Amino acid sequence: MRKCYFDHVATNPLDTRVFDAMMPFFKEEFGNPLSIYEPGARAKEAIENARAQVASLVNSKASEIIFTSSGAEANNFALRGIALSRQNEGKHIIVSRMEHHSILNSARFLEKMGFAVTYLPVDKHGFVDPETVKKSITKETTLISVIHASSEVGTIEPLKEIAAVAKEKGIILHTDAVATTGNIPVNVKELGVDLLSMAAHQFYGPKGAGALYVREGLRIVPLIYGGIQENGRRAGTENVPAIAGMGKAAELARDEMKARTEHVKKLRDKLFKGVSNVENVYLTGHPDNRLPAHASFCVEFIEGEAMLLLLAAKGIYAASGSACSSKALKASPVLLSMGISASLAQGSIVFTLGKDNTDEDIEYMLTEFPQVIKRLREISPYAKGWGIKGEGGECTVQR
Amino acid sequence: MKFVENVKPDVTTDIVYMMCPMHLLKLEEKIKELDNGQILEIMTDYDGALEDIPGWCEKTGNEFLGIKDSGDYYKFYIRKKVRQQ
Repeated sequence: MRKCYFDHVATNPLDTRVFDAMMPFFKEEFGNPLSIYEPGARAKEAIENARAQVASLVNSKASEIIFTSSGAEANNFALRGIALSRQNEGKHIIVSRMEHHSILNSARFLEKMGFAVTYLPVDKHGFVDPETVKKSITKETTLISVIHASSEVGTIEPLKEIAAVAKEKGIILHTDAVATTGNIPVNVKELGVDLLSMAAHQFYGPKGAGALYVREGLRIVPLIYGGIQENGRRAGTENVPAIAGMGKAAELARDEMKARTEHVKKLRDKLFKGVSNVENVYLTGHPDNRLPAHASFCVEFIEGEAMLLLLAAKGIYAASGSACSSKALKASPVLLSMGISASLAQGSIVFTLGKDNTDEDIEYMLTEFPQVIKRLREISPYAKGWGIKGEGGECTVQR
Repeated sequence: MKFVENVKPDVTTDIVYMMCPMHLLKLEEKIKELDNGQILEIMTDYDGALEDIPGWCEKTGNEFLGIKDSGDYYKFYIRKKVRQQ
Protein backbone atom coordinates (compact mmCIF):
# COMPACT_ATOMS: atom_id res chain seq x y z
CA MET A 1 0.00 0.00 0.00
CA ARG A 2 1.19 3.49 -0.82
CA LYS A 3 2.20 5.63 2.18
CA CYS A 4 1.57 9.35 1.87
CA TYR A 5 2.82 11.61 4.63
CA PHE A 6 0.79 14.83 4.58
CA ASP A 7 1.40 16.05 8.11
CA HIS A 8 4.47 18.24 7.78
CA VAL A 9 3.20 20.77 10.33
CA ALA A 10 3.28 18.01 12.94
CA THR A 11 6.86 17.21 12.02
CA ASN A 12 9.14 16.62 9.04
CA PRO A 13 11.22 13.56 8.28
CA LEU A 14 14.90 14.12 9.00
CA ASP A 15 16.89 14.96 5.86
CA THR A 16 19.63 12.38 5.28
CA ARG A 17 22.21 15.15 4.88
CA VAL A 18 21.17 16.54 8.27
CA PHE A 19 21.45 13.09 9.81
CA ASP A 20 24.99 12.77 8.41
CA ALA A 21 25.93 16.15 9.91
CA MET A 22 24.64 15.05 13.32
CA MET A 23 26.21 11.60 13.49
CA PRO A 24 29.76 12.48 14.65
CA PHE A 25 28.37 14.33 17.68
CA PHE A 26 26.56 11.26 19.00
CA LYS A 27 29.74 9.27 19.36
CA GLU A 28 33.24 10.37 18.36
CA GLU A 29 32.74 14.08 19.06
CA PHE A 30 31.19 13.72 22.48
CA GLY A 31 32.94 16.66 24.15
CA ASN A 32 31.18 19.19 26.34
CA PRO A 33 31.28 22.56 24.56
CA LEU A 34 32.32 24.25 27.81
CA SER A 35 35.42 22.09 28.23
CA ILE A 36 38.63 23.89 27.34
CA TYR A 37 40.41 20.92 25.75
CA GLU A 38 40.25 19.84 22.11
CA PRO A 39 37.06 17.68 22.04
CA GLY A 40 35.20 20.43 23.91
CA ALA A 41 36.47 23.05 21.50
CA ARG A 42 35.25 21.01 18.52
CA ALA A 43 31.78 20.66 20.05
CA LYS A 44 31.78 24.41 20.71
CA GLU A 45 32.79 25.05 17.12
CA ALA A 46 29.88 22.89 15.89
CA ILE A 47 27.44 24.96 17.96
CA GLU A 48 28.83 28.25 16.76
CA ASN A 49 28.72 27.07 13.13
CA ALA A 50 25.08 26.09 13.63
CA ARG A 51 24.36 29.47 15.20
CA ALA A 52 25.75 31.22 12.14
CA GLN A 53 23.72 28.96 9.82
CA VAL A 54 20.47 29.63 11.70
CA ALA A 55 21.24 33.36 11.85
CA SER A 56 21.78 33.36 8.10
CA LEU A 57 18.37 31.74 7.56
CA VAL A 58 16.54 34.56 9.40
CA ASN A 59 19.00 37.40 8.60
CA SER A 60 20.11 38.07 12.18
CA LYS A 61 23.48 38.28 13.88
CA ALA A 62 24.74 34.94 15.21
CA SER A 63 24.89 36.44 18.71
CA GLU A 64 21.13 37.08 18.52
CA ILE A 65 20.29 33.35 18.29
CA ILE A 66 19.69 31.40 21.53
CA PHE A 67 19.29 27.65 21.10
CA THR A 68 16.44 25.96 22.97
CA SER A 69 15.04 22.45 23.13
CA SER A 70 11.98 23.23 20.99
CA GLY A 71 9.76 25.90 19.51
CA ALA A 72 7.53 25.58 22.57
CA GLU A 73 10.44 26.39 24.87
CA ALA A 74 11.35 29.36 22.68
CA ASN A 75 7.75 30.61 22.95
CA ASN A 76 7.68 30.16 26.75
CA PHE A 77 11.05 31.85 27.04
CA ALA A 78 9.99 34.83 24.92
CA LEU A 79 6.67 35.46 26.59
CA ARG A 80 7.69 34.94 30.19
CA GLY A 81 11.20 36.32 29.77
CA ILE A 82 10.09 39.62 28.27
CA ALA A 83 6.96 40.07 30.41
CA LEU A 84 9.00 39.55 33.59
CA SER A 85 11.90 41.72 32.46
CA ARG A 86 9.53 44.64 31.87
CA GLN A 87 7.06 44.19 34.70
CA ASN A 88 8.16 47.40 36.34
CA GLU A 89 7.08 49.27 33.21
CA GLY A 90 3.72 47.55 32.91
CA LYS A 91 1.88 44.29 33.35
CA HIS A 92 -0.20 43.98 30.20
CA ILE A 93 0.55 41.76 27.23
CA ILE A 94 -1.31 41.11 23.99
CA VAL A 95 -1.54 37.77 22.17
CA SER A 96 -3.74 36.66 19.29
CA ARG A 97 -6.33 33.91 19.36
CA MET A 98 -4.42 32.15 16.58
CA GLU A 99 -1.56 31.23 18.89
CA HIS A 100 -0.19 27.82 19.70
CA HIS A 101 -0.77 26.44 23.21
CA SER A 102 2.80 27.26 24.19
CA ILE A 103 1.89 30.94 23.84
CA LEU A 104 -1.67 30.75 25.16
CA ASN A 105 -0.69 28.70 28.21
CA SER A 106 2.29 30.96 28.94
CA ALA A 107 -0.12 33.91 28.78
CA ARG A 108 -2.44 32.13 31.23
CA PHE A 109 0.52 31.50 33.54
CA LEU A 110 1.31 35.22 33.44
CA GLU A 111 -2.36 36.01 34.20
CA LYS A 112 -2.04 33.94 37.37
CA MET A 113 1.02 36.02 38.26
CA GLY A 114 -1.02 39.20 38.05
CA PHE A 115 -0.52 40.23 34.42
CA ALA A 116 -3.46 41.35 32.29
CA VAL A 117 -3.71 39.63 28.91
CA THR A 118 -5.67 40.75 25.85
CA TYR A 119 -6.55 37.96 23.42
CA LEU A 120 -6.89 39.50 19.95
CA PRO A 121 -9.85 38.41 17.82
CA VAL A 122 -9.35 37.35 14.20
CA ASP A 123 -11.48 37.53 11.07
CA LYS A 124 -12.96 34.62 9.11
CA HIS A 125 -9.60 33.94 7.43
CA GLY A 126 -7.73 34.08 10.73
CA PHE A 127 -6.16 37.49 10.14
CA VAL A 128 -5.25 39.72 13.06
CA ASP A 129 -6.18 43.33 12.26
CA PRO A 130 -3.27 45.73 13.05
CA GLU A 131 -5.88 48.39 13.95
CA THR A 132 -7.28 46.06 16.63
CA VAL A 133 -3.75 45.60 17.94
CA LYS A 134 -3.38 49.38 18.14
CA LYS A 135 -6.67 49.76 20.01
CA SER A 136 -5.71 47.05 22.50
CA ILE A 137 -2.55 48.83 23.62
CA THR A 138 -2.64 50.47 27.03
CA LYS A 139 -0.06 52.41 29.02
CA GLU A 140 0.76 49.12 30.75
CA THR A 141 1.43 47.11 27.56
CA THR A 142 4.97 45.78 27.25
CA LEU A 143 4.69 42.87 24.83
CA ILE A 144 2.71 41.75 21.77
CA SER A 145 2.93 38.22 20.43
CA VAL A 146 1.35 37.28 17.09
CA ILE A 147 2.02 34.04 15.24
CA HIS A 148 3.70 34.39 11.84
CA ALA A 149 1.49 31.74 10.24
CA SER A 150 -1.01 29.36 11.71
CA SER A 151 -0.14 25.69 11.41
CA GLU A 152 -3.86 24.90 11.57
CA VAL A 153 -5.19 27.10 8.77
CA GLY A 154 -2.02 28.31 7.06
CA THR A 155 -2.90 32.02 7.09
CA ILE A 156 0.15 34.30 7.12
CA GLU A 157 -0.39 37.24 9.47
CA PRO A 158 0.35 40.89 8.52
CA LEU A 159 3.37 41.05 10.82
CA LYS A 160 5.06 44.03 9.17
CA GLU A 161 1.97 46.17 9.81
CA ILE A 162 1.71 44.89 13.37
CA ALA A 163 5.44 45.61 13.86
CA ALA A 164 4.88 49.19 12.72
CA VAL A 165 2.17 49.60 15.39
CA ALA A 166 4.40 48.06 18.07
CA LYS A 167 7.38 50.19 17.11
CA GLU A 168 5.34 53.40 17.14
CA LYS A 169 4.27 52.63 20.72
CA GLY A 170 7.67 51.31 21.84
CA ILE A 171 6.34 47.83 22.57
CA ILE A 172 8.28 44.61 22.11
CA LEU A 173 6.95 42.28 19.37
CA HIS A 174 7.44 38.52 19.41
CA THR A 175 6.37 36.10 16.71
CA ASP A 176 6.01 32.35 16.77
CA ALA A 177 7.57 31.51 13.40
CA VAL A 178 7.73 27.76 13.97
CA ALA A 179 5.50 27.02 10.97
CA THR A 180 7.25 29.48 8.65
CA THR A 181 10.99 29.43 9.39
CA GLY A 182 12.72 27.28 6.80
CA ASN A 183 9.54 27.04 4.72
CA ILE A 184 8.99 30.59 3.49
CA PRO A 185 11.39 33.57 3.65
CA VAL A 186 11.72 34.78 7.23
CA ASN A 187 13.76 37.94 7.69
CA VAL A 188 13.71 39.41 11.19
CA LYS A 189 14.70 42.85 9.95
CA GLU A 190 12.07 42.99 7.20
CA LEU A 191 9.39 41.68 9.56
CA GLY A 192 10.45 44.19 12.22
CA VAL A 193 10.14 41.73 15.11
CA ASP A 194 12.18 41.82 18.32
CA LEU A 195 11.92 38.11 19.08
CA LEU A 196 11.17 35.11 16.86
CA SER A 197 10.72 31.42 17.73
CA MET A 198 11.66 28.53 15.46
CA ALA A 199 11.96 24.74 15.54
CA ALA A 200 14.36 22.54 13.56
CA HIS A 201 11.97 19.65 12.95
CA GLN A 202 9.72 21.93 10.91
CA PHE A 203 12.40 22.20 8.22
CA TYR A 204 13.79 18.66 8.02
CA GLY A 205 15.99 19.05 11.09
CA PRO A 206 15.86 16.98 14.27
CA LYS A 207 13.38 17.15 17.12
CA GLY A 208 14.86 18.52 20.34
CA ALA A 209 16.32 21.66 18.75
CA GLY A 210 14.73 25.08 18.56
CA ALA A 211 15.90 28.64 18.77
CA LEU A 212 14.80 32.07 19.85
CA TYR A 213 16.02 35.15 18.02
CA VAL A 214 16.41 37.96 20.55
CA ARG A 215 17.25 41.37 19.10
CA GLU A 216 20.59 42.70 20.31
CA GLY A 217 20.28 44.84 23.42
CA LEU A 218 17.02 43.30 24.63
CA ARG A 219 16.94 42.09 28.23
CA ILE A 220 15.27 38.76 28.85
CA VAL A 221 14.79 36.81 32.08
CA PRO A 222 16.06 33.23 31.63
CA LEU A 223 13.64 30.32 31.73
CA ILE A 224 16.33 27.87 32.87
CA TYR A 225 19.00 28.83 35.38
CA GLY A 226 22.32 27.11 35.74
CA GLY A 227 25.53 27.46 33.80
CA ILE A 228 26.83 29.93 31.28
CA GLN A 229 25.59 28.18 28.16
CA GLU A 230 24.02 30.43 25.53
CA ASN A 231 25.72 33.47 27.01
CA GLY A 232 24.13 32.87 30.41
CA ARG A 233 20.61 33.08 29.04
CA ARG A 234 19.71 29.38 28.67
CA ALA A 235 21.48 26.93 30.96
CA GLY A 236 22.01 23.22 30.42
CA THR A 237 24.65 21.23 28.56
CA GLU A 238 23.87 21.72 24.90
CA ASN A 239 22.25 19.04 22.73
CA VAL A 240 25.18 19.21 20.33
CA PRO A 241 23.97 16.66 17.73
CA ALA A 242 20.55 18.31 17.51
CA ILE A 243 22.01 21.81 17.31
CA ALA A 244 24.48 20.74 14.61
CA GLY A 245 21.53 19.19 12.78
CA MET A 246 19.48 22.35 13.11
CA GLY A 247 22.34 24.33 11.59
CA LYS A 248 22.65 21.98 8.61
CA ALA A 249 18.87 21.95 8.13
CA ALA A 250 18.85 25.77 8.18
CA GLU A 251 21.57 25.90 5.55
CA LEU A 252 19.69 23.45 3.29
CA ALA A 253 16.39 25.27 3.81
CA ARG A 254 17.94 28.55 2.77
CA ASP A 255 19.64 27.07 -0.31
CA GLU A 256 16.66 24.97 -1.46
CA MET A 257 13.72 27.11 -0.36
CA LYS A 258 12.77 28.34 -3.82
CA ALA A 259 12.71 24.87 -5.37
CA ARG A 260 10.90 23.34 -2.39
CA THR A 261 8.26 26.09 -2.41
CA GLU A 262 7.56 25.74 -6.13
CA HIS A 263 7.24 21.98 -5.73
CA VAL A 264 4.85 21.94 -2.75
CA LYS A 265 2.75 24.81 -4.07
CA LYS A 266 2.17 23.00 -7.37
CA LEU A 267 1.09 19.87 -5.50
CA ARG A 268 -1.03 21.85 -3.03
CA ASP A 269 -2.86 23.62 -5.84
CA LYS A 270 -3.58 20.28 -7.48
CA LEU A 271 -4.96 19.07 -4.13
CA PHE A 272 -7.12 22.21 -3.80
CA LYS A 273 -8.51 21.70 -7.28
CA GLY A 274 -9.32 18.05 -6.65
CA VAL A 275 -10.95 18.60 -3.26
CA SER A 276 -13.05 21.49 -4.59
CA ASN A 277 -15.06 18.90 -6.52
CA VAL A 278 -16.28 17.33 -3.27
CA GLU A 279 -19.54 18.77 -1.95
CA ASN A 280 -19.73 20.58 1.38
CA VAL A 281 -16.00 20.78 1.92
CA TYR A 282 -14.80 24.24 2.89
CA LEU A 283 -11.31 25.64 2.75
CA THR A 284 -10.18 27.18 6.04
CA GLY A 285 -7.75 30.08 6.26
CA HIS A 286 -6.99 32.52 3.47
CA PRO A 287 -7.04 31.01 -0.05
CA ASP A 288 -3.89 32.81 -1.24
CA ASN A 289 -2.06 34.46 1.64
CA ARG A 290 -1.17 31.17 3.25
CA LEU A 291 1.69 28.71 3.65
CA PRO A 292 2.49 27.20 0.23
CA ALA A 293 2.39 23.60 1.46
CA HIS A 294 -0.79 23.99 3.48
CA ALA A 295 -4.30 22.75 2.64
CA SER A 296 -6.90 22.82 5.42
CA PHE A 297 -10.60 22.10 5.22
CA CYS A 298 -13.73 21.61 7.21
CA VAL A 299 -15.76 18.67 5.93
CA GLU A 300 -19.39 18.96 6.80
CA PHE A 301 -21.43 16.31 8.64
CA ILE A 302 -18.50 14.14 9.74
CA GLU A 303 -15.68 14.24 12.27
CA GLY A 304 -12.02 14.90 11.63
CA GLU A 305 -10.90 12.03 13.83
CA ALA A 306 -12.95 9.50 11.86
CA MET A 307 -11.48 10.82 8.62
CA LEU A 308 -7.96 10.54 10.01
CA LEU A 309 -8.50 6.92 11.02
CA LEU A 310 -9.93 5.85 7.67
CA LEU A 311 -7.28 7.77 5.76
CA ALA A 312 -4.55 6.23 7.91
CA ALA A 313 -5.94 2.79 7.04
CA LYS A 314 -5.29 3.75 3.43
CA GLY A 315 -1.73 4.88 4.24
CA ILE A 316 -2.58 8.59 4.15
CA TYR A 317 -1.37 10.53 7.18
CA ALA A 318 -2.98 13.90 7.88
CA ALA A 319 -4.07 15.99 10.90
CA SER A 320 -7.22 17.42 12.37
CA GLY A 321 -6.76 20.79 14.02
CA SER A 322 -3.42 21.16 15.74
CA ALA A 323 -1.35 18.15 16.71
CA CYS A 324 -2.32 18.80 20.34
CA SER A 325 -6.05 19.30 19.88
CA SER A 326 -6.13 16.23 17.66
CA LYS A 327 -5.31 14.15 20.73
CA ALA A 328 -7.56 16.11 23.04
CA LEU A 329 -10.64 15.55 20.85
CA LYS A 330 -11.67 19.17 21.28
CA ALA A 331 -12.97 21.58 18.67
CA SER A 332 -10.05 23.72 17.66
CA PRO A 333 -10.04 27.10 19.48
CA VAL A 334 -8.41 28.57 16.37
CA LEU A 335 -11.29 27.51 14.11
CA LEU A 336 -13.85 28.67 16.69
CA SER A 337 -12.13 32.06 16.89
CA MET A 338 -12.52 32.39 13.11
CA GLY A 339 -16.28 32.13 13.53
CA ILE A 340 -16.57 28.52 12.39
CA SER A 341 -19.29 26.69 14.32
CA ALA A 342 -18.29 23.97 16.79
CA SER A 343 -20.02 21.28 14.73
CA LEU A 344 -18.31 22.28 11.48
CA ALA A 345 -14.98 22.65 13.29
CA GLN A 346 -15.26 18.98 14.29
CA GLY A 347 -14.85 18.15 10.62
CA SER A 348 -11.45 19.81 10.41
CA ILE A 349 -8.76 18.15 8.37
CA VAL A 350 -5.31 19.49 7.50
CA PHE A 351 -2.99 18.25 4.76
CA THR A 352 0.51 19.72 4.81
CA LEU A 353 2.88 18.72 2.07
CA GLY A 354 6.62 18.35 1.94
CA LYS A 355 9.53 18.26 -0.46
CA ASP A 356 9.37 14.49 -0.81
CA ASN A 357 5.67 14.27 -1.76
CA THR A 358 4.93 13.47 -5.39
CA ASP A 359 2.21 13.98 -7.99
CA GLU A 360 1.27 10.34 -7.50
CA ASP A 361 0.76 10.96 -3.76
CA ILE A 362 -1.75 13.69 -4.55
CA GLU A 363 -3.54 11.57 -7.15
CA TYR A 364 -3.81 8.69 -4.67
CA MET A 365 -5.11 11.04 -1.97
CA LEU A 366 -7.67 12.54 -4.39
CA THR A 367 -8.93 9.05 -5.16
CA GLU A 368 -9.20 7.92 -1.55
CA PHE A 369 -10.31 11.07 0.28
CA PRO A 370 -13.72 11.48 -1.44
CA GLN A 371 -14.44 7.79 -0.79
CA VAL A 372 -13.65 8.22 2.91
CA ILE A 373 -15.97 11.23 3.09
CA LYS A 374 -18.74 9.36 1.27
CA ARG A 375 -18.44 6.33 3.55
CA LEU A 376 -18.51 8.40 6.73
CA ARG A 377 -21.44 10.51 5.55
CA GLU A 378 -23.40 7.34 4.86
CA ILE A 379 -23.21 6.46 8.54
CA SER A 380 -23.40 10.02 9.89
CA PRO A 381 -26.69 10.96 11.61
CA TYR A 382 -26.03 14.58 10.61
CA ALA A 383 -26.05 13.72 6.93
CA LYS A 384 -29.25 11.64 7.16
CA GLY A 385 -31.80 14.37 7.25
CA TRP A 386 -31.74 15.41 10.89
CA GLY A 387 -32.67 18.79 9.59
CA ILE A 388 -29.21 20.26 9.93
CA LYS A 389 -28.32 22.28 6.90
CA GLY A 390 -24.94 22.91 5.43
CA GLU A 391 -23.37 25.76 7.37
CA GLY A 392 -20.13 26.51 5.60
CA GLY A 393 -21.47 30.02 5.03
CA GLU A 394 -18.82 32.65 5.60
CA CYS A 395 -15.89 30.28 5.61
CA THR A 396 -16.76 28.89 2.19
CA VAL A 397 -13.84 29.42 -0.14
CA GLN A 398 -14.41 26.61 -2.56
CA ARG A 399 -12.26 26.55 -5.67
CA MET B 1 31.01 49.98 49.10
CA LYS B 2 31.98 53.06 47.18
CA PHE B 3 29.09 54.81 45.42
CA VAL B 4 29.83 57.10 42.50
CA GLU B 5 27.93 59.57 40.33
CA ASN B 6 28.51 60.95 36.85
CA VAL B 7 31.22 58.53 35.77
CA LYS B 8 31.57 58.68 31.98
CA PRO B 9 32.21 55.17 30.68
CA ASP B 10 33.96 54.44 27.38
CA VAL B 11 32.14 51.12 26.96
CA THR B 12 28.92 49.80 28.51
CA THR B 13 27.84 46.19 28.72
CA ASP B 14 24.37 45.16 29.83
CA ILE B 15 24.20 41.75 31.50
CA VAL B 16 21.02 42.28 33.53
CA TYR B 17 19.26 38.91 34.07
CA MET B 18 22.43 36.98 33.15
CA MET B 19 23.40 34.86 36.11
CA CYS B 20 26.68 34.02 37.85
CA PRO B 21 29.40 33.73 36.64
CA MET B 22 28.51 35.78 33.57
CA HIS B 23 29.44 38.99 35.42
CA LEU B 24 33.05 37.81 35.72
CA LEU B 25 33.29 36.30 32.23
CA LYS B 26 31.88 39.42 30.55
CA LEU B 27 34.05 41.63 32.73
CA GLU B 28 37.20 39.82 31.61
CA GLU B 29 36.08 39.74 27.97
CA LYS B 30 35.22 43.43 27.83
CA ILE B 31 38.28 44.64 29.76
CA LYS B 32 40.48 42.88 27.21
CA GLU B 33 38.88 44.96 24.46
CA LEU B 34 39.59 48.28 26.25
CA ASP B 35 42.72 50.44 26.07
CA ASN B 36 44.58 51.18 29.29
CA GLY B 37 42.87 53.97 31.20
CA GLN B 38 39.48 53.46 29.60
CA ILE B 39 36.40 52.92 31.78
CA LEU B 40 33.99 49.98 31.55
CA GLU B 41 30.43 50.16 32.85
CA ILE B 42 28.75 46.85 33.65
CA MET B 43 25.02 46.73 34.34
CA THR B 44 23.96 43.70 36.39
CA ASP B 45 21.24 42.71 38.83
CA TYR B 46 23.36 39.95 40.37
CA ASP B 47 24.00 40.72 44.07
CA GLY B 48 27.11 38.52 44.19
CA ALA B 49 28.80 41.02 41.88
CA LEU B 50 29.04 43.43 44.85
CA GLU B 51 31.75 41.21 46.24
CA ASP B 52 33.09 39.57 43.10
CA ILE B 53 33.80 42.58 40.90
CA PRO B 54 35.85 44.59 43.43
CA GLY B 55 37.67 41.33 44.31
CA TRP B 56 38.41 40.66 40.63
CA CYS B 57 39.78 44.19 40.23
CA GLU B 58 41.99 43.74 43.26
CA LYS B 59 43.41 40.52 41.84
CA THR B 60 43.92 41.75 38.31
CA GLY B 61 45.26 45.24 38.98
CA ASN B 62 42.34 47.05 37.40
CA GLU B 63 40.88 49.98 39.26
CA PHE B 64 37.44 49.58 40.80
CA LEU B 65 35.90 53.06 40.68
CA GLY B 66 32.63 52.27 42.44
CA ILE B 67 28.98 51.48 41.80
CA LYS B 68 25.74 53.25 41.14
CA ASP B 69 22.50 51.70 42.34
CA SER B 70 19.86 52.14 39.65
CA GLY B 71 17.04 50.53 41.59
CA ASP B 72 16.55 47.29 39.66
CA TYR B 73 20.23 46.77 38.92
CA TYR B 74 23.73 48.03 39.66
CA LYS B 75 26.17 49.86 37.45
CA PHE B 76 29.78 48.96 38.15
CA TYR B 77 32.64 51.17 36.93
CA ILE B 78 36.10 49.74 36.29
CA ARG B 79 39.12 51.55 34.87
CA LYS B 80 41.50 49.35 32.91
CA LYS B 81 44.94 49.64 34.41
CA VAL B 82 48.13 47.69 34.13
CA ARG B 83 49.36 46.66 37.57
CA GLN B 84 52.49 48.55 38.65
CA GLN B 85 55.36 46.14 39.18
